[in-house]
Amino acid sequence: MSMEILLGDEAVGLGAVHAGLSGAYSYPGTPASEIMEYLIRIGRGASFKAAWSVNEKTAFEEALGCSYAGKRAFVSFKHVGLNVAADPFMSAALTGANGGFIVCSGDDPSMHSSQNEQDSRFYAQFALIPCFEPADHQEAYDMAREAFELSERVKLPVMIRLTTRLAHSRAGVETRPPRPENEIRTGARQCWTLLPGNARVQFKRVLDLQPELVRYASESPFTRLELQPDDRRLGIIASGLGYNYVRENLEGSGLRPSILKISVYPIPEDLVRRLVEHCDTILVAEEGYPLIERQIRGLFGIPGKILIGKMSGHLPLQGELTPETVRAALGLAPLARRTAGDLPLANRPPQLCVGCPHADTFKALKKALEGQPGATIFSDIGCYTLGYFPPHNAVDSCVCMGASVGMAHGASRAGVHPAVGVIGDSTFGHSGITALLSAATADANMVLVILDNCTVAMTGTQPSFSTGRRLLEIVRGVGVPAERLRVITPLPKFHEENVRVLREEIAHPGLSVVVAVRECLEEAKKKNKLGGAQ
Amino acid sequence: MSDTRKQDIILAGVGGQGILSIAFVIDSAALKEGFHVKQAEVHGMAQRGGAVTSHLRLSEARIWSDLIPRGGADLILSVEPLEALRYLDYLKPDGRIVTSSAPFINIPDYPDQADLLRRIKVLPGSVVVDSDALAKEAGSGRAQNTVMLGAAARYLLPREETLREFVRVLFERRGEKILEANLKAFELGRQASA
Repeated sequence: MSMEILLGDEAVGLGAVHAGLSGAYSYPGTPASEIMEYLIRIGRGASFKAAWSVNEKTAFEEALGCSYAGKRAFVSFKHVGLNVAADPFMSAALTGANGGFIVCSGDDPSMHSSQNEQDSRFYAQFALIPCFEPADHQEAYDMAREAFELSERVKLPVMIRLTTRLAHSRAGVETRPPRPENEIRTGARQCWTLLPGNARVQFKRVLDLQPELVRYASESPFTRLELQPDDRRLGIIASGLGYNYVRENLEGSGLRPSILKISVYPIPEDLVRRLVEHCDTILVAEEGYPLIERQIRGLFGIPGKILIGKMSGHLPLQGELTPETVRAALGLAPLARRTAGDLPLANRPPQLCVGCPHADTFKALKKALEGQPGATIFSDIGCYTLGYFPPHNAVDSCVCMGASVGMAHGASRAGVHPAVGVIGDSTFGHSGITALLSAATADANMVLVILDNCTVAMTGTQPSFSTGRRLLEIVRGVGVPAERLRVITPLPKFHEENVRVLREEIAHPGLSVVVAVRECLEEAKKKNKLGGAQ
Repeated sequence: MSDTRKQDIILAGVGGQGILSIAFVIDSAALKEGFHVKQAEVHGMAQRGGAVTSHLRLSEARIWSDLIPRGGADLILSVEPLEALRYLDYLKPDGRIVTSSAPFINIPDYPDQADLLRRIKVLPGSVVVDSDALAKEAGSGRAQNTVMLGAAARYLLPREETLREFVRVLFERRGEKILEANLKAFELGRQASA
């Protein structure tokens, strides 16, 4: 055993490595990026493969292939990344896992760095696969190891669900000696070929496994039921970080509730039943959506019992849990504290770095669109989304990765003019390419501006798959004619020229692509620190 | 319970100011002295020039929550005056604020600076240090975070010597000159808060 200080993200990654990991794949996204950053860092010279993929679906499929080969495979991304990977994810439950297969999804309640709050536990439930939810760093490490064991035992992919707070906090973790990697051993072709006849057999297998999975969740050492024999007033069902906030507030409070800590799904029904039978009031404290609460409440509640939580309004439906919200739900008075009074606290939203190439592109684009009240700039997701804020006020949308291209296309068909899409180089590779193929085939009356800053900037400058010459070749390859593919350099000294190029392409009645190329300042700084480009 | 040594610290600043480096030093020092440590930090979008905080919890006993409860913090350590006030409701009534007086102005509606400092100085237990001037004096304008770490050192649970040891660990690999500037920055900050 040895002790290491790790981020929650890193604890999961190290647990996977010590479980005999052979292949790990990911696409960057907060709060999950640091898992792959860490695996790549510690994987240099190691026998396992850890690599960024062009998007989450691809990452998932690469990991699935690794599992098919009998090796232990790991895929990670943020919660909305699971949407991108949802197609193979849902079907992988039917193919099953051969080598252990972990899907680690980082949820972002409170939307610290995301466009929605979705709860990945619902996806695990949807696919009928087990899900582990660590409450602390030690569990993150231990669960990664255990999830591989379970995955190979029941031959199913297993999810580990993290939330931002755990993913991005540090604490000590006791590690154990690593296990060797699996030998190669390919899967059975009838399991891995989901033709209807095979898929039906496989789906029945997954359904038949459910009672065993519920039993596993009940018997897991991560799950804990503590009944207070002499106090029946309050029972608490808590999971993930919710459990920590409950324990934090109980210390010194005088309350002695019975507690069920749920750490593995499907929900351990017998333990829930024992707690509910024992207690008069049941509080459910879970991070994310009210999954446990809804499941045990049913449509009309539990006769004779009071069930409180998110659905009753005792905890907020929106945002992450906090020590204070849980404290209030426990009926405890708030701690005494200082107040800011009437102090003037101006907000400080994130913004483009001083000198960022995107700022120059937005300036030129806004100038080129002056006097055209119908102009709409469909933005994608990345640093450039910050162009929404003053002083730029330069973008009108941010929906999901790759959406800008399809939205500009659809809006142009609907009569919006000028319709401009704005997308980064990495996001273009992630899911802009197919939408551009569609727009090019239709010769849509739109301009796509690809902001090539040579990196995935917002999540910490991970490598981009579709930058530089390769990007230009891709754009040409999907059918954009050479004369409609323009390259500009977003620098103040080229402002007039860039405005002219953009105006020309906006005036062209068909598809144009303008690629604005200038390296991200953070990326350049990183290279300088490393003593030049690597 | 009351004899358990513990300390909850809110670290505050703006993305890029080196909050996480301060956290690294306090974490590592606390760990070396046998404390449990939990440190929640901000990554991703907010790091781009936005308000950044780190919740840093040290205790001889097990630490449950990754977040400090509002009203639970013993200390706010801030590299920027406006950010020092943003988290005031995390502070215990008898908690302390150690903050830089040097503003980081990247928003149009930054409050009146004189008014801001006046409001901080009247708060009981507040310590205000000009990290900008002291960092420059130490030989590196970028060492404001280390100045503030030094300014807080006398109020932190880990010993000053252990903190200094991890300032060394943090900056050693960046060359002798940067290391020396940061050790001096730590010392100037320490003296300024006396």
